[in-house]
Amino acid sequence: MLLIHCPYCAEERPETEFAHAGEAHIERSTEMNALTDEGFSKFFFYRDNTKGTTFERWRHIHGCGRYFNAARDTVSDKFLTTYKAGEPKPDLSKLVDDQTNAGAKS
Amino acid sequence: MDNSVKLRRSLPLAEKAFGASGVSVTSMGAGYRCSLRVGADDVAALSQALGVDLPQTPKTSARSASRIAMWLGPDEWSIYDSKNNPIDDLKNVDVACAGVDVSHRNTAIEVSGSLAAGVINAGCPQDLSLEVFPVGACSRTILGKVEIVLCRTKADIFHVECWRSFSPYVFEFLSTAAKEQSALAAR
Ligand SMILES: [Zn+2]
Repeated sequence: MLLIHCPYCAEERPETEFAHAGEAHIERSTEMNALTDEGFSKFFFYRDNTKGTTFERWRHIHGCGRYFNAARDTVSDKFLTTYKAGEPKPDLSKLVDDQTNAGAKS
Repeated sequence: MDNSVKLRRSLPLAEKAFGASGVSVTSMGAGYRCSLRVGADDVAALSQALGVDLPQTPKTSARSASRIAMWLGPDEWSIYDSKNNPIDDLKNVDVACAGVDVSHRNTAIEVSGSLAAGVINAGCPQDLSLEVFPVGACSRTILGKVEIVLCRTKADIFHVECWRSFSPYVFEFLSTAAKEQSALAAR
């Protein structure tokens, strides 16, 4: 059982309470009408699908119901951190260092 | 001519109950429920109207007489009352909020006894130890394949809320687990 930290419930909860909700930090243009077809398709359809650390939206659907963001490693499936919707991307270099140090200690 | 229509409440589980050594699974009688959404600024006004302080800490509940207010999310509560309909107390409140009477949408099952936490854990992945899920703790979560709202009313009593159409499944799930856990404990 994977445990995911919900930033609203402020504790780790079982993964079956959560739903994945796609890539995070995708900004909707304030001038949608000015977008070319190519620009719109980039915004709407294309995703980075990173191998390694990625930023994702998750929803605590069978818990508090909130959407939040997570930095997760798509290779190891490890969550580096989770944070509330609207908060800026956390500093990854620091997070990866913390993980490496934690790994070295254990 | 009397145009008023009197509808008798039908309870999906009727009087269903299951008992084994160390645990009982009992369908609860009719109760009132209100699904409540309100922003942080108006929590105090609604707490006053409802006569119970809407808890603002995750996974906690608050009680007053027959009423219990359960925190479900940062702006969402479930109000359960075994005697009086909480929606009646919201009728004259001048506050932007969404209060919906869901008394008939849900039904409740009580799981009690020394084995109660273990029985619920047969289908619920949350840590139900008293340190992590103390008396008064409540949470929307999962039981087997369905969503429930779980509230620990006493150390060995849990109130399980589920949608009425899911209730035969929830009852069977809990009574099967109760049978199993009770037999295991007796070995
Ligand atoms: Zn949550």
